[in-house]
This record gives sequence, C-alpha cells and structure tokens, in this order.
Amino acid sequence: MSKSSQPIDDFARELSRETRDAVLSSVVTRTAGRKAKLEADYKDPDLLRRLAGKVKQHTVEHLDEYLEQAEAALTKNGAKVHFASTAESARETILEILRNKGATRMVKSKSMVTEEIHLNDFLEKQGVECVETDLGEFIIQIDGDTPSHIVQPIIHKNRRQVAESFEKHGLGAYNDDPQTITHRARKHLREKYLQSDAGMTGANFVSAESGRIVIVTNEGNARFGMAANGLHIALVGIEKVVPRDKDLGLFLNLLGRSATAQQLTVYTQFINGPRSKSQPSGPKEMHVVFLDNGRSKVLASKERDILRCIRCGACLNVCPVYRQTSGHGYRAVYGGPVGAVLSPLLAGDDFPKYADLPKASSLCGACHEVCPVNIPIPELLLRLRSRANKEGIKSAGAPPMAPFARMATSPKLWQTAMTASRAMNHLPITMMPIQPLQAWLKIRTLPKWRGGEFRKWMKERGGVNSGGRNE
Amino acid sequence: MSEARDTVMRAVRQALSDLQEKTPLPEYDSEILICAKYREGEVGGWLEFGENFAAVSGRPLTEVGELLVFLKEEGNDSGYCDPSLKERVGTVLEESGLKVHYEYEHDKVDDYTFGITRASGVIAESGTVVLNDEDTVDRLAALAPWVHVAVIENEPIFETIPEAIENLGDSSNVIWVTGPSKTADIEGILIEGVHGPGVQICLKLD
Repeated sequence: MSKSSQPIDDFARELSRETRDAVLSSVVTRTAGRKAKLEADYKDPDLLRRLAGKVKQHTVEHLDEYLEQAEAALTKNGAKVHFASTAESARETILEILRNKGATRMVKSKSMVTEEIHLNDFLEKQGVECVETDLGEFIIQIDGDTPSHIVQPIIHKNRRQVAESFEKHGLGAYNDDPQTITHRARKHLREKYLQSDAGMTGANFVSAESGRIVIVTNEGNARFGMAANGLHIALVGIEKVVPRDKDLGLFLNLLGRSATAQQLTVYTQFINGPRSKSQPSGPKEMHVVFLDNGRSKVLASKERDILRCIRCGACLNVCPVYRQTSGHGYRAVYGGPVGAVLSPLLAGDDFPKYADLPKASSLCGACHEVCPVNIPIPELLLRLRSRANKEGIKSAGAPPMAPFARMATSPKLWQTAMTASRAMNHLPITMMPIQPLQAWLKIRTLPKWRGGEFRKWMKERGGVNSGGRNE
Repeated sequence: MSEARDTVMRAVRQALSDLQEKTPLPEYDSEILICAKYREGEVGGWLEFGENFAAVSGRPLTEVGELLVFLKEEGNDSGYCDPSLKERVGTVLEESGLKVHYEYEHDKVDDYTFGITRASGVIAESGTVVLNDEDTVDRLAALAPWVHVAVIENEPIFETIPEAIENLGDSSNVIWVTGPSKTADIEGILIEGVHGPGVQICLKLD
C-alpha cells in the first residue's frame, strides 16, 4: 500500500476484475434506466426533485413536530411506538418485544437501518433466529458478507459466486441459472416464513398525518413477513417521516424511478396498524421503533440536508468513485456519495475514523444531479473536508498543503516559485527518493513545467489595460 | 420507554433550537405527479389500466372463460377461491374439472397453485391492483400461490396515483400490487415469482 493514496484508492486497486465488472455493468444499466424512465414520464423531472427536496427539508427542520404527530397517529391506529436514542437501546427494545411474545424465529425484509445497528448478530446471540428474506440479503447472510449497495446488496457478486454459496449451504447442487437460484430460495424461505413468529421490517416513509407506514419491495418479502406471523416490528430512522399522505405520492413516484426505473415498486404497502378484525393472517401486534443513533447530531450540523435521503441508491450508481470501488470501499453501512457524507456524521465521536471518505470524490456533481430529493452532496462533502481540516484530522492520502497555502497567498513568493520551478524540467524527478512523490508518479505523468509564462505573456502584450485587443 | 422518548425528542429539539430560518412546507397540486404519457392520453379507465398492467407483466382479463383456459394451459389443477366469488368464478372452474377450495387452510399453503381473491380497486395510470385487509379474504391467499387472480366487480378504477392516495380510506392495511413478485438481485437479471406470485392476473367482471 502506498502512503500517498487514500484508503479507498487502495481498496479499489485491489478489487478483483470480476467484482469491478459486476458492479460497473449493473450501475451503468441502472443509471441509464433511471434517466430514460424519468424523462419519458415527465417533461421536467427536475421540478419534482426540487419540490421533494423542499418537502423533506421542511420535514427535517420541523422534525420534533412531525415525530410527535406520527407517534400520536400510529398510537391511534393501534401500533405501539418506541424510541431508541442509540443502536444498543434499539437492539434491547426489539429483544424485549420479542421476549414478551416468546418469539424466537424472525423473518426480516431488507432494511439498511437494521444493518446499521447490527441487529442480526445481536439477536442470534440471544437465541433468536433471524432470517433475511430479500434474495440479495439472504445471499449476503449465508455468505457472512455485508451489502455493498443500498438497493442491490449483492451488486459485487456474480451468479457463479451465488451458485457456489447455495451449493455450500445445502441449497442444491451447483446451478448458476438465476431462475433456479431464485426458485430454490423461494422454497427455502417459504418454510422459514411459515415457521416464523415475528416479522421485522424497516420503513420507506411514515406519514405524520395518518401514521401510515409505507414499505416497498419488489419480491413481496415484506408482505409475506406480515402475512405468516402475528408480530410486526418496524425499525424506523427518525428522518423517515413525511408530513402528509399526499406527499407519499410525490416520494413514491420518485423512489421507484430513481432506484429501479419503475413507476412503482411491485408491492407498495400502506400499513395503518395491526391486521383488521376480519383478517385471519398477519400481525395482531405492531411495534414501531424510532431510531436516533446519531441522527439528531446530524440534524444539529450544517450538513442536515443529508437527512432528506430516501435511500434510492441513484447517487451510488452514477458516482465514478463508487463505480471503481463498490460499497465495501467505504468501510461503513452506507456507501457511495451519500455514505461519504452520512457515515462520518453518524459516527459521532468516531468522525476522524471516516474523515477520509468526503475526499473520495472528484466533486463532479453527478450525485447532486440525480438525487430525487436534490441533496447538494458535493457541497456537503466540501463542508466535511473543511471540518476535518479545522479539527486537524490527518488522514491518509492528504499531502501537506500548508506550504502551498503560504506560497499561494503571497504574490511575491508565488512568482518566484513559478519561475524557479522551471528548473524541474531539468531535474531527474523520477529518481528522487521522495516516497509520496514516487507513488504519485506511478500513476501519473508530470507535464513539462510552464509556470510563470502567463504573466510574461501578459506583460509583453501591453499589460492589464490593453483590453484584450489583438495587436 | 418514555425516558428513551424524552431523550430522543430533547435531542431533536436541541438540534433545531439554533435554526433561524426554516423551510416552509411547499404547496403543490398533485397533478404534477401524473406521468405525461397518461396525462396526454385520452383513453383512461379499464383499457388504460389493462395496457399499463400488461406492461408490468400483469394479465388483465374480462372473462372467466379466459381465466379457465389460462389456468388449464399452465397446469393449475387445484386452488383456492374466495367463497363470495364461488358463484361467479369458482363453480365455472369446477365445472371444467378444476379442484377449487373455498376454505383457506394454512397448513396447505403450498398445495394451492392459484388463489382467487377480491381486489379493492385498480389504478389505471400505473397498472396497479389495490388490495386491502377488509376485502382480501386471507393475506396468504393473495400472496402464496404461484398464480394470484385479483377480481374486481364494482370496485373503483382510480385514474391516477394521487387519486388512489386520496382514497386510501381507513383500512389498516392497503397494498398496491404492480405486477408479479420479482427480483433483479442476481446480475440485474429479471426473475418473476420470488416470494409472491409469478403470475398476477386481474379479472374484471361486469
């Protein structure tokens, strides 16, 4: 590993060709699909993005009011509402709910927030079986891996790797046909559903107005988890609230198109409490756990805009850095541009540990352009870079900039350096034993030095007042 | 629990206490959410629904006979039917030799290859079938079989998504189904029939 590169550079360099290809082909397709769908369906998709951004910004800036409203509505609908300020408290709350019902077998639908609090490991240690039911998450679970994309957890794997895992875990002889793999998973997980006594989900949105929890899946797994047993627990980040039911229409239209180029995700559930009296299947009890876990600190920061995020993954798909690294390069639950902002912030006191992530960006702005809630991600990345700088956090890959800053702010020094540096053209720089310089040169070619020539040229053509006339 | 609540709420209030200017809640007309293709079309209603439902691999049908042919061709010989649809749907299938159960038994979930239940409406703009807890005789019957047949008689055809949102009603569970259950988790390849139905039918009876 070279000292002059960022950790994410090293990760990308060591990534196998196979993984890089898997990630790249998938995100390129998704980026194109998203754009085509939005442009086919709306004359001005930007209008919706900007509107959704404002609605969500308004919500987070009034989060105390909307949380209370949502809590009251959920309670009225017959759900039991809990709050957890830390990951630990959320895990304990969930365990207690399960224990009270004597539940030991839980089926889970895909939820990033349960990844965030490392729920599965904890519950398994407490004797609760947790089965991931989203196909991708199920594969992640049997592999002991972690998701590398918000929407497509196994983006870094190909079908051969999946087939090998299935064979290893007794799910049939090697067969890498995706249809066969899917049907084997259907059969295996069907049994798990029918034996389960609790279903765990996240939530995509919560309407403060009605208390409706909205959960979307394409596979139907969240629906099955809420049809086969009597207990539903939803773990929800406090930022998932939206003001009105009407706004659900706005966000659903953007979420499906941004995430998977769909007008609507296949199963869109509006859950208004436990099952109705006439319904024989589904939860008799519904619990909603609102999780802070660092979000209120993000809310207090100037980077609070990131709390608008609706987890569509579009910024990951379009990001040139994500495309070279996959999500694992970000060393945290949330990867890609959104993760580069969110992970250091959610880390709280561990901010220095992730302070390099905001630098893992060329600030090209593509993430901002595709964001369905118009989050100015590049601006937030810059703020975090500056915060790291102010806090004096030295992270790998950052060359010392102080000498440059001194030089660049003094015209005299600058001019001298520009002219003097011409000597570089005659120095054997590729032979200089300066480790960071050599690492840098390994992947780049230094152009011929032409510093200082602009001023000379300017002077010769008649100084600053010549008005740019050609003479 | 209430202590945890206070901690979270206090932290949120504290975080917002220094905020000088707050973004107002924008007002907007939900018309802008309707997709252009739909807004400019002049068809609407069941025909529009059918087209959009087919575009997401759904099968819109208007005759029990068509349903019968499909079920037989696909080798579905035994399934479940909501007893309230016995007369109009179930008996027609039985007369042609299909085995139809009117009581949903939870230990036989995998024996039913088709499930016929009532829908609460459809959404034309998106090709979506709307189900709710009161109209669905059993959540599993609409989910576990390979073929799900959602039946509408006089239930509403919502033209647009915003209209359907306005009419969510007070059911404890409303679910929009836009095509068969599917995944693209493995190499982005589309596979239908993951946990729910691999075939989603909507049958409209006059």
